[in-house]
Amino acid sequence: MATVKFDNATRIYPGNDTPSVDKLNIDIQDGEFLVLVGPSGCGKSTSLRMLAGLEEVNGGKIWIGDRDVTDMSPKDRDVAMVFQNYALYPHMTVADNMGFALKIAGVDKSEIRSRVEEAAKILDLTQYLERKPKALSGGQRQRVAMGRAIVRSPQVFLMDEPLSNLDAKLRVQTRTQIASLQRRLGVTTVYVTHDQVEAMTMGDRIALLKDGILQQCASPREMYDKPVNVFVAGFIGSPAMNLVTVPVVDGGVKFGNHALPVDREALAKAGKTVIVGVRPEDVEVTSNQDGLAITVELVEELGADAYVYGTPADKSIELESGDGGIKPFIARVDGRQVPMKGETIYVHPSADHMHVFNKETGVRL
Amino acid sequence: MSTATPPPVPETVADVAVDQAAKADVVGSARKKAKSAAGNAARAITSPWASVFAIVMAIAWTTPTMGLFVTSFREQKDIVTSGWWQALSTPVSLENYGAAFNGNADNGYPMSEFFVNSLVIAIPCVFLPLLLASLAAYAFAWIDFPFRNALFVAVFALQVVPLQIALLPLAKIFQDMGIGGSFWALWLSHSAFALPLAVYLLHNFMKEIPASLLEAARVDGAGHVRTFFQVLLPLITPALASFGIFQFLWVWNDLLVALTMLGGDLARAPMTMALTNLSGQWGDKWYLTSAGAFISIAVPVAVFLSLQRYFVRGLLAGGTKG
Repeated sequence: MATVKFDNATRIYPGNDTPSVDKLNIDIQDGEFLVLVGPSGCGKSTSLRMLAGLEEVNGGKIWIGDRDVTDMSPKDRDVAMVFQNYALYPHMTVADNMGFALKIAGVDKSEIRSRVEEAAKILDLTQYLERKPKALSGGQRQRVAMGRAIVRSPQVFLMDEPLSNLDAKLRVQTRTQIASLQRRLGVTTVYVTHDQVEAMTMGDRIALLKDGILQQCASPREMYDKPVNVFVAGFIGSPAMNLVTVPVVDGGVKFGNHALPVDREALAKAGKTVIVGVRPEDVEVTSNQDGLAITVELVEELGADAYVYGTPADKSIELESGDGGIKPFIARVDGRQVPMKGETIYVHPSADHMHVFNKETGVRL
Repeated sequence: MSTATPPPVPETVADVAVDQAAKADVVGSARKKAKSAAGNAARAITSPWASVFAIVMAIAWTTPTMGLFVTSFREQKDIVTSGWWQALSTPVSLENYGAAFNGNADNGYPMSEFFVNSLVIAIPCVFLPLLLASLAAYAFAWIDFPFRNALFVAVFALQVVPLQIALLPLAKIFQDMGIGGSFWALWLSHSAFALPLAVYLLHNFMKEIPASLLEAARVDGAGHVRTFFQVLLPLITPALASFGIFQFLWVWNDLLVALTMLGGDLARAPMTMALTNLSGQWGDKWYLTSAGAFISIAVPVAVFLSLQRYFVRGLLAGGTKG
């Protein structure tokens, strides 16, 4: 068990000008479950592989505990990795797969056996120990890959999208199992995923990357409540936050015809327009035509509540998705009072739960 | 067999396009009927005409061998006076085999004396290139070093050099090194000629193994040597076995290299040298040649059958997903 520290860690692939991971700084506590999340190509897997020693570090340092592992080979780092495609040795039995690292380390045979059996019991694999991986189901293979990591009792677990090859139901189930297993074992874990739901549900803290640059590293709650910029705001949360460009007026901003008070000092740093972010559940639908006019295009009924998808009646109003794309405005409404398709509704954010971002820089104001 | 008509050649580009469109049409409609092109292909192969064709081919190919086999059991005078298909009316015995193997008045070069030589030559000639080539293939496939691709192309390009060209210079070099005429000359030259293809073949096989498997081994603490022997080698046994069989057959049946390198030294000569002498000065000792041929075949057949169990498909199954 140990802390992990990325200290300005940088990776530039040969032939590239821009770094794939750019000056990454993260301090991971002992026993913490940190999730690296981001869209594909953001450098999250590269960061993990740098920590594993599978990827060269071109700048900065990486520490595990008080050891500088920057130039250490993987075998000296005392880390165990779970691969996206499991990477089990096809010609070895489950028991041999799990015990391979211990065998290399020269651990006594009976000791290996007992540790493998212990891990197998935790993961419910005892009856499969003598099987080859090809005789196992996808979920069982995934557990063997986990077992291979557990058996070693390493300083750090590294997991590279270990659930992405499972079907939806099994993924949800395994998600909770991994999270609770990690808490029980108390081993520092770095977990890579592109799925923000996985990130929110599993991590003690989330580190969100984009284009190799760390955007924000905080607890799931803080990421959700106080995203530092438009990208984080758009990425975390499902359905995603609505991001509307609105004009600045005296003492606040104008959301449709609804005036929202915003701190003067904050607005001083912005231009003539700002981006207002509001999560679907924080949208207030008004009856007195107060707010932004939205034409309803689709209603998703979920029983207790419903999601309304629409576009602003005023076509000049821009909706952003945080990464440059265009998306509909989403509002959560009471499931018993659902607007009709084609209807126009008036919405504005609830004053306590709105986020204001600089239009040019995307930074939270 | 050589009279098969070539497929009609389309004359213009437009023809080709029309042709392909027609084909696509056919395939498309066939797909509707049969669901998959693979199913179609399977059906085409299992059609009765294809079976008839396959059987005819098999008979045409094996009949001469069959004839030789029957001949090997007949007496010399019967062989020259009647065809092998009349064998039932004439006595058969194993005498020819005895004569070819142990020698008789006609046979001054009993194969038994050369049998061990052949094994001594062939076995290192199989294992030496297999070991070297798999090590080289590992490096070419999984270790990053300067000029890797250029070197790999160079190794592969060596295949275009016919061994006949290299033979005499090589013999001269071995003479100068003082190993001319020894087994070493044969071992080294056979290995050298085998290496380009072996490296290329095994490299392609190693490349097929998912990179994450090697990374997993690295994280588990395995160095190159352990990764090679405990993770990679077990997974490429089909390639090792098939190359091993080809190389064994090639070396076992080789006469040219042995003749050149040994210079006719009978103390070390392989069985093929004895075999060439069996037919006699006038090529009339059929009873010895036919029996000798089957004695010579026996070992490769045994090797093939014993290695056959390594031709397992799907060795990689289950290790990785996606």
